[in-house]
Amino acid sequence: MMHLFRRSLLSMIGLTLIIVLVLVALFAPFLASQHPSYVEVGTEQGTTRTEERWEIHFDQKLLPPSAQHLFGTDDYGRDIFSMVVYGAQTSLRICLLVIAISTLIGVILGGLAGYFGGVLDEILMRITDVFLSIPYLILALAIAAALGRSIDHIMEAMIITWWPTYARLLRGQVLTIREQQYVEAARSVGASNTRILFRHILPNSFAPLLVEITLDLGAVLLVAAGLSFIGLGASPGTAEWGLMIASGRTVMFHAWWYVTFPGLAILLVVLGFNLLGDGLRDVTDPKLRR
Amino acid sequence: MKTWEYIVRRLVLLIPVIIGVTIITFVVSHVIPADPARAFAGGPKAQPETIARIRAELHLDKPIWEQYFYYLNDLIHFNLGKSYLEDRPVTDALAQYFPATFELTIFAMLIAVPLGIAGGIISAIRQNKLSDHLTRIIAIVGYSLPIFWLALMLQYVFAYIFPIFPLEGRLSVGMAPPGPISGFFVIDSIFTGDGAALASSLHHLILPSFTLGFATLAIILRMTRSSMLEVMGADYIRTARAKGLTERKVIYRHGLRNALIPTLTVTGLSFGGLLSGAVLTETIFNWPGMGRFAADSVLGLDFNSVMGFTLLVAVIYVVANLIVDLLYALVDPRVKLGGG
Repeated sequence: MMHLFRRSLLSMIGLTLIIVLVLVALFAPFLASQHPSYVEVGTEQGTTRTEERWEIHFDQKLLPPSAQHLFGTDDYGRDIFSMVVYGAQTSLRICLLVIAISTLIGVILGGLAGYFGGVLDEILMRITDVFLSIPYLILALAIAAALGRSIDHIMEAMIITWWPTYARLLRGQVLTIREQQYVEAARSVGASNTRILFRHILPNSFAPLLVEITLDLGAVLLVAAGLSFIGLGASPGTAEWGLMIASGRTVMFHAWWYVTFPGLAILLVVLGFNLLGDGLRDVTDPKLRR
Repeated sequence: MKTWEYIVRRLVLLIPVIIGVTIITFVVSHVIPADPARAFAGGPKAQPETIARIRAELHLDKPIWEQYFYYLNDLIHFNLGKSYLEDRPVTDALAQYFPATFELTIFAMLIAVPLGIAGGIISAIRQNKLSDHLTRIIAIVGYSLPIFWLALMLQYVFAYIFPIFPLEGRLSVGMAPPGPISGFFVIDSIFTGDGAALASSLHHLILPSFTLGFATLAIILRMTRSSMLEVMGADYIRTARAKGLTERKVIYRHGLRNALIPTLTVTGLSFGGLLSGAVLTETIFNWPGMGRFAADSVLGLDFNSVMGFTLLVAVIYVVANLIVDLLYALVDPRVKLGGG
């Protein structure tokens, strides 16, 4: 099965893009020429929050791309390449956390509902029906607006938005697998529900779940960038790709690089996840014609 | 008879979903914020007297259940509260901005659906040739793009470097909108015979609707392509060919109708993407629609408007998918004959 994957050029490109993303995020301090500092700031609720601070160099503002500044500088003289590179850390963190937690919640609720059925299942179906009838960005927007501007809040908003997708997916999978012969066989030799769930049902639900996760990682990034662009996510001055595009928009006509490079970064990462997800889907779905 | 059963069943299922949506908007607006009264009053800048007044108006000191019933009561009377930003009822603001968004969305669909289906068919017919590969790459890039970035790039290239299209807005600056009949500038200018307004509104629609529709175009193209490929290999297609039908008849009479069914589903689902995308697209093109209103309200901490917008969008999305489901019932014989 793996050889099919390797033969697909597009999937390999996708995988490469994601590996590059992870490497850039991990080695950001070595790749960037400027580095942010992190400050503890008090919030309205009385807790503290970490904020990113970048050094300002007004004498170097809005320089076009060059050898010293690969992506140019912004209106505060900050090196855009460095900000894009550190932004990879922020983006990766957001995507992974949101998907990990949504998947966990969704898999547990969907798995239990699908397996035990009955009232639990009915309730879950109604709840997920309602959540899924509001478009992702707009639901996340409303929740994030209610919570207040911060990256943590958009992550919470997106987790609340995304878990129903996984609940539905797992429930569907469990319903299908539950009826298979090998599950009946396991039950007939006296396997407990827990054993059946963990040993038989979950491992076989894995493939579509993996495809969905990969594709959603890209979707989450797009929504997160969109929310930051509107002004809901990162605080001003943070190196977050969506926010950078919003800032760049004000100077776009005489400094095209500020908008272009962060956007290109988002595009390449989402493209990577989509290509990878497509490849995984082709490889794991036996019905699919290539 | 089975079709009617299906239709009625779907209509009835609509009600609990909409009630569920109101519960979500209620929870988001009344339960999640640390101090809902302050949120509705406009955030950190609100005066204590305003906050106290709003707390009384919204019955925020009563138990949650009571609050929800007051909320529901307001909704039934089409009262979405007052927009702090625009100093008028939210319903008035939404009613004013709705036609602009609707016109933009319709044109986005007019671009996305025909081009997507045509592209998907061509790609399927020329499977694995160069044109197929190129189309597929463009499509997958198409829905990987951040829509607000695409908007900015298109603005930069086609309204600045090569100034073919206008930068923003629905009409040329200074031009009066065609006499308000429907709120759709294209329709209104046709009815009032205003050629200049017609030309200008179409001219202004091109970049925003292309931006908004591009991702949907990509998704429809991919779905049509894979659906066609699956159908073209089916037995009944081989039978049609064996009967001696021309290739054109085979593709269009037998292949396409069945291939389009999943495309119909995808089109309905992509409506949500169009509504979401409208928020970002309208902001960049300064389009006076609901989406821009929502974005402004978020920034301006106008909470009533954000929640009103969310509720309206959810209702629109549910209705759109209902229409798709009903069309499904009419188009797919498998639904008509039972099950459903």
